[in-house]
This record gives sequence, structure tokens and C-alpha cells, in this order.
Amino acid sequence: MTGPKLRRVVGALAEASGMRDAVLNELVRVGDAGLLGEVLRLTGDVATLQVFEETSGLALEEPVLRSKQPLSVQLGPGLLGAVIDGIGRPLQALAAAGGDFIAPGVDASTLDPTTRWDFSPVVTVGQQVRAGDVLGTVLEKGLVHRILVPLGKEGTIERVASGAVRTDEPVAWLLDGPTLHLWQRWPVRRTRPARARLASTEPLLTGQRIFDVLFPIAEGGTVAVPGGFGTGKTVIEQSLAKYAQADVVVYVGCGERGNEMAEVLHEFGALVDPRSGRPVLERTVLVVNTSNMPVAARESSVYLGLTIAEYFRDQGYRAAVMADSLSRWAEALREIGSRLQEMPGEEGYPTYLASRAARLHERAGRVQCLGAPERTGSVTLFSAVSPPGGDFSEPVTQACLRVGGAVWALDPALAHQRQFPAVDWNASYSLYAEGAEAWFAERVDRRWGETRSRLLELLQRDGELREIAAVVGPEALEDHDRLLLAAAALVRELVLGQSAFDPNDAYSSPQKSFRLARAAIDFHDAGRAALKGGSSFAELDVGRVRQALAAARDAAAADAEAAFLKLDEALRALGRTP
Amino acid sequence: MTTLARTYLGARAAAGPLVYLAGTQRARLGEWVTLRTAGQPTLRGQVIDAGRDVTVVQVLEDTLGLGPAAVEVTLTGELASVVVGKELLGRALSGAGDPRDGLPPPIGEALRPLWGAPINPVRRVPPSDFIETGVSAIDGMNTLVRGQKLPVFSGPGLPALELAATIVESARAPRGEPFAVVFVAIGITERETRTFLERFERSGALERSVLYVNQAQDPTIERLLAPRAGLACAEHLAFVHGLHVLVVMADITHYCDALREVGAAREEVPGRRGYPGYMYTDLASLFERAGVVRGKPGSVTQLPVLTMPDDDITHPIPDLTGYITEGQVVLSRDLFRRGVSPPIDVLPSLSRLMNAGIGKDRTVPEHRKWADQLYSVYARGREARQMVAIVGESGLSAADRRALELAEGFEKGLVHQAGLRRTLAQTLEAGWRLLDELPREDLLKLSDAQLEPRKAQREAAARRRAEAKPP
Repeated sequence: MTGPKLRRVVGALAEASGMRDAVLNELVRVGDAGLLGEVLRLTGDVATLQVFEETSGLALEEPVLRSKQPLSVQLGPGLLGAVIDGIGRPLQALAAAGGDFIAPGVDASTLDPTTRWDFSPVVTVGQQVRAGDVLGTVLEKGLVHRILVPLGKEGTIERVASGAVRTDEPVAWLLDGPTLHLWQRWPVRRTRPARARLASTEPLLTGQRIFDVLFPIAEGGTVAVPGGFGTGKTVIEQSLAKYAQADVVVYVGCGERGNEMAEVLHEFGALVDPRSGRPVLERTVLVVNTSNMPVAARESSVYLGLTIAEYFRDQGYRAAVMADSLSRWAEALREIGSRLQEMPGEEGYPTYLASRAARLHERAGRVQCLGAPERTGSVTLFSAVSPPGGDFSEPVTQACLRVGGAVWALDPALAHQRQFPAVDWNASYSLYAEGAEAWFAERVDRRWGETRSRLLELLQRDGELREIAAVVGPEALEDHDRLLLAAAALVRELVLGQSAFDPNDAYSSPQKSFRLARAAIDFHDAGRAALKGGSSFAELDVGRVRQALAAARDAAAADAEAAFLKLDEALRALGRTP
Repeated sequence: MTTLARTYLGARAAAGPLVYLAGTQRARLGEWVTLRTAGQPTLRGQVIDAGRDVTVVQVLEDTLGLGPAAVEVTLTGELASVVVGKELLGRALSGAGDPRDGLPPPIGEALRPLWGAPINPVRRVPPSDFIETGVSAIDGMNTLVRGQKLPVFSGPGLPALELAATIVESARAPRGEPFAVVFVAIGITERETRTFLERFERSGALERSVLYVNQAQDPTIERLLAPRAGLACAEHLAFVHGLHVLVVMADITHYCDALREVGAAREEVPGRRGYPGYMYTDLASLFERAGVVRGKPGSVTQLPVLTMPDDDITHPIPDLTGYITEGQVVLSRDLFRRGVSPPIDVLPSLSRLMNAGIGKDRTVPEHRKWADQLYSVYARGREARQMVAIVGESGLSAADRRALELAEGFEKGLVHQAGLRRTLAQTLEAGWRLLDELPREDLLKLSDAQLEPRKAQREAAARRRAEAKPP
């Protein structure tokens, strides 16, 4: 009766003796129940373990089993539409085995071993293959899932399967070598390699006007979305997951609400992706660790999500990761660090918070993939941050701001006015704006860049004027200032304001976004001309323009043209005094 | 999972609520412990740190008079659990589940672990059943749905428990379905408890309720157990008996203070304002125990009440709570002083599940837009009110003046109810009456079609405005 045994259990941590040969980050099975855990620290023959499942009930002297492998995830067909927990177990299978509540110690492989896939090989017998080469494809929910030669494998194809192949059956045999499967394993904490990293210049369309027009995100870029509670972070992440132009979306609900995840499942299943005509859920992989699920699995869930996204990137797809939220990930680090009695840094967070956050963000990017045929793919990372008390100076927000290529700062004051998305245009920015402008100018309208600068200028001036108006009252302002306030109000409320729940406006094409934005600028210009021509502000029919702009925004696709014509009329009428 | 009970004489040390044992065998995390000292009442505790060298037991009751040398400690081999069952309805229990009503201890139907397992997210049904609370600021503007966790953020002295009682009274059984209430008192005063229970008794809801009472004078550590005992019971009633259970927990602030006390006793590295770094996870383990489960008729809805120290919504307790719960109902001292009852400030209030519970087939199709419109004009009116203090009413634009007027009317005519219950239809009508007074250009959140049914009222209002205007 030797072998590793538990010598201490506290919170999500356990210590085991008899672990002399273990290595850091090795996966272990803890206790009689066989809970999943990972080696965090080794001192002599004692290993400190973080346990990914509920530890209450673990007793001293229970055995610990070593796996001699790091925490890894199974990657292959069957991921799309799947709902898995922070350590890669499919929640449906857990429910089938353990009922409505998650019981510790239940095990299930990420991909169902018995599913059959229709495999079409692209390699032939005798062909040399190397890591990253496409062996063949299976069609998974409308996506051509490319089966890749895993890293570390190469050789000559001796035999290759065709037609129906079970997940647990080999798909190709190498000469004097190993067999290859439809799936491969990858350690979640390790970045998947690529041939070369490429620059991120093209915008990834989000369908949200304030982002596409003012603060665009590039394919392969990173955005931090900081915002206090109730500022609409989750709604934004969900809108992005639904409408962003990605081929595959990995939604990581990290420390999220259970009901919210149920809603995501329900909604994504019902919502149809306009490009493929299939439910949005079918291009989505959901990684779920609700706030009451074990804290160690919360820390791993983000890496798991990134690994899955990288796997689709390596097939040549645009993958997007929605991490909601990185604050919970950081808190998990803090909780584990504090149990390990590490010397705390700022606000109790471990000193390695910033470096871990930076490394995590750097897993996003556009790459030239390994293997043949040549292809590029990308991982774009959207990370929500939940600063305590809405205070952006706290360590997690700051760590994310330092590495994010764009920041969409959410403002509770805007949320209280029900201005959604509640993005504070003064505090937000995008380092991708310049590259995106050129792209939009070429494809949508050459005035794109000018319109964007005019909008920003208008909002800037609006902020200043409203401060003055708060002191002297708006009636005391001069006419051209009141006109500017009216134009800025159009921009704020009707152009940037977009309802995620309005079927006609939840998604806005770049063309529509541009036309609405331009109308507000045109209103300002036409108004200025009218004032110059001797009209007074009171004589301008601002109400008509507002109504026409609102109607154009909310019109169904079929009525949009007519609504925009009416808007043009209202704008033209502005200059003419009756 | 059970191990036999082991008894040891003497502990290595005792400090505050913690007792440190040496040389225990096969101690189990979360194991239930009893501590006996001759001539003293038996104490109970739980293993919170199991170790070969030292095992730490957190004692539930007051450790006054406990001597580590003479104490007889028994590790029971069982995990902490509570008796649950339908027979608990109508009973008053302590935070640890002992009778407080002079009746014998309940036998119940089952033992349920205090630390409940998380509901598997794929087994959850997104909550969408509208609960009519009779409170306009909630029904109209921040709708509550079954399976939601919607806390009341209160300030010292604000009538949060009265509001909770009102909701409990009217929220029961909208369609005559079986319901139950679990009330968990956490460290609140005798007076607060009485206020709530008296309201409750009058409405006859008491026999459909289970009370877990830990008052201010009761042991602090028991505050950590009381909500878990209540939730274990609620889950049993909901998912075994199919009842719709509303869990009221007051006051979460006392719960967090107890958590901080234990953290400090264990010499943990403190987080913000001395609260432990794991407070988010800990609170989530309470609040996430709400919801609706696929294929089960019942539901658990939570109405936690918390007091924001110094009315500060950025304090860690309301802050972390807001990140976990599905919205919040915020009480305002300003409205309370101006006699608005209930003093709900709708601007910082929010119900995240509102959209799922309203609209066609649930309330009325235009509910969302109606609420958005009121919100936006009310927010503008509130801004205008601040401006009046500086520039006077004459300095406002006409639209700001209209918004200001609506804000007054909104607080007096919609939020204020003075104890009278309003049906949803009455709430909507009250809101429409305010909106009728505004010209079309102020109502951009509403479509022409949505305004059509109000045509007659709007025209009458416009005529009144025209007549009132000096020629």
C-alpha cells in the first residue's frame, strides 16, 4: 500500500505525498472519487494539487493517481455545437450520467467515441505527410472540418480510410509508424504553433455600428471590454457571438451565471446565421464554468477555449473567442495563489497576473498555418473585464488594457439612460482603426474615414458643450451650438444606439451603418447652411429628421430603401424655410 | 463515502471560532464535528482544512468557555447536511436547522448536503415565467421572473424588508400553482424579523413557509449555514415536490461580515475592505442555487436583501452580488425622504431576465418599448432636475422641461403606491398616462403603431397643452 496519498485538503487545493517523480502541470486523479486535478508545486515528495472538481468529502490517505500527461483537450469533429466544462467534459454526457446536478468524479471524453463521420481523404497512399498537413475532410454542421496531421507525427501514408469512420477508429496509417485519428490531443496551456504570424489589418465585422464605425476590431486582434455590472457586457459578447463575421466562435462563460448559459444555449439554437442559413449554435463551441462550479476549472476554461480556437485557426478558419469574463479568471488565479500562500501583489492578485494575461492575449493573432495546403487562419479575442465598483484602475483591467489592441469601455451612466451598447466613446479606442478605414473606404464608401473623424469630433464637441449647457442652460446657447447638440444627439441615440433585441437592428451591415452615420453628418451640414442662410435653430424641423432617422434604422430590410428616401427628404427640407 | 466516527480527547489550540486538532485520522473536508466539554452545551463544527499535521474545525456556536485541553472532539464521518421535507412548512428553525418554535426536531424526508452541487447548465431551462409582484417599478420596469435571483440593494434604515414582504405576499401563485416561501434571517435584529413575520402572518402565508432564523444575537458562524440550510430545503421543495419556492435572504451584508470574520481568524490574505478574495465564489455558491430545471415542475427564485454600507453601491458586497445576480432593485434614500413608497430608484435598478418574461404571450407586446421610453425620458428628467438647481427652470429647453415634469409624475404616479397593489394593466396604464402628455418627437423609442391605441388620449392631452399655452 504505497503510492501517492492525500496528506492535506483545503478549499480547491490538496497535497499528496509519494509524488517524487511527478512533473509540474501533470494531470492527476484525486481521491476515491477520482477527481481531476493538476500538479501546481513540487517539494520533495509532496505535490500541491489544484482540484478541478468539488473537494468537499475528500479524506486524508485517499489515493492519488498520476496520468503522466498535462491537462489536454481532445480536438476533432464533434466540437461544433458542443457544451463542455472548464476541463473539457461534455455537459450533456455528465447530465446523462449524473442527473440535473453535477456530481464530482463523473468522467466523459470530450468527443463521443461512437459517432461516425463521413471522411473524404485528400492524401493518397505513398504520400509524405508532416505535422499540420490536411489528411482529409469531414462535413460537420455545414463546416468543412479539416483533419490535420498532429504535431510530432510525420511519415509516408501506408493506408487511408474513406467513408464512414468512427471517432475512436484510425483514419490513416503511416509506414512503420503510428496510426492517425480524426482527433488529436493538445495541452491547453501550450500555444499551438504556426508557420508564421501575420499582421492584423482587415476588420472583423461585428454588425454593431459603434464598433464597426468608431472602434473597429481587426481579424486576429484583441479587444478588452471593461464595464461594471449592468453595463451590458454580456449582451455585447452575445451579440458578437451571434453576428461577428467569424467561421467559428468559442464562447467561454468563465464564472458566468447558469441561467445566462441556459439562455445562450436556447437563443443560439434558435437564431439562424444569415450567411450559412444554419443555427448560430452550430458554429459555436461553448465552454461553461458557471460561478458556482469549481474555481480551478475556471482558470483552465480560458486556455481550453483558446486551444479550441487555435485548432480551427490551424484548419484555415477565422475563429473568435468570447471570454466572459477575464476578471473571474484572474480571481481564480488569486484564489489559488492565496491558498498556496504566495506573496500577493496589487489587491491580492498574484504578481504574475500581468504576464499571464499578456501571454493569454498573445494567443490571438492571424497566422500562416503549418502544413499543406497553404492557408491562413486567425483567432480574434474579445475579453470582457468586470472591474470591481466599475473602477478601471484596478489590476485586471489595467493588465488587459496594456495588451489589448482595442478597448471598448462601458459606462454605467449610459446604461442608466438605456443607451446601448453603453460604450463610452471618450474612453474607448482602437489601434486597428487606420487599417480598417482603408478597407471600408474601398468596399463601402470613400468618405468612410472622413465620416468617422467627423463623428468623433462631433461627440468631443458635444461633451464640452453639454458641460457648458449644464451651467447656463441649453436655451442660453447660440444657435449653431444648439444645432451641434441636436446633431450629436442623433449620433448618440440613433446611430450609436443599437438594440440587441430589435430584429431589424440587432445586426447592422457596414452599408447601413455608414448611411445612418452619414445622415447625422449631413444633418449637421444642412443645418449649418440653413443657419447661415438666415434661419434660426427653432425654425429647423429637427423632429422630422429624428423620426425619419429612427424609422430608417428600425425598418425591416424590405422597407429600408423607402425609409432612407424619406430621411433624404427630411434632410433636404431642413434647408428650406417654409 | 461514510467513515466511522472517531473521538479524540483534547485539541491543540482554539482561537475565536476555530479549533485546531492534531493527529486526526482520515479527516474529511467538510466533515461534521461535535465538541463536548463537561458542564457545557455540546458544540458543532465542520472540518474546513484537513491535514495530517493539523486539522482545522470551524465551530458553529459560540466558543465561550471552550478549553482545548479538556474538549472531547468527535469526527462524525458524515458531511454537513440538513433535514428537508414538506413537513418543514410552517416551522421556524435555527440557522443550523434546530427547532426554534418549541416543537420537536423535524424528521423530514431526506438529508440534503448543505453545500449543494451546481445545477448542470445544460439541464437548466431559461427562466421566462412572469411573476406579478404588484409593485409597478418592478412589474413594469424591472420584471421579475421565476427562477431569477433579484436582490434588493438597500441602505441602512430603508424599508427593504417591507418591500420583500410585499413581493412575497403578492407573488404567490399567479395561476394557483403550489408555492412555498423560505425565509432566511441572517443576523438581523428582533425588530426586523418581527416586521417581516407580522406582515407575513396577516397574509396567511406563514403555513406555506419555512423560516431559518439567525438573529443578531445568535452565533456568527451559523450565519454561513443559515442560507445554505434554507436553499437545500428550497431545492427539495422545488425539485422533489414541484413547488414554486421564493427564497428571501436578509441580510447578505451580515453573511459577508461573518465570512470576513472567519477569514481573519484563519489569517488569510484579505481582499478589498478586508473581505476574503474568494467572496465572489462563495456568494455565487448561494445565488446560483436558483433556477428552473428541465422536466421538473417547480422553481427556486431568490430575493436576497443586502444593506449597502453608507449607501455605497461600489462597496464589495453589492458590487460582487451585482456581478452574480440577474439584476438588482435599488432603494433610494432621496425618494424615501420625499415620501415615495416603495422608494425604488429605477435608473440603477435592472432585471436582466426581464426581456424573457415580457412581451407577446407573456405580458403585452409593447412592454419593452414602453419601459425603454419611460426610462429614457425619466433619465433626462432627472438630469434636468440637477440642472434646475444651477440654471433655474427657465434655462431649460422645452424638451427638458417636459422630461422634468414627467420625472415628477413618474415618481408620484407610478413608483409611489403607498401600499396599494397594482395589476400589470394598471401599471401600464399609469405609464401611458405620463407618456400621453409628451409630443411625438419625445417618444422615439415607440413606433406609430405602438402609439396608435393611445390616439384619443394623446389628442386630448395635446389640446390641453395648446389651451394652457399663453396666446
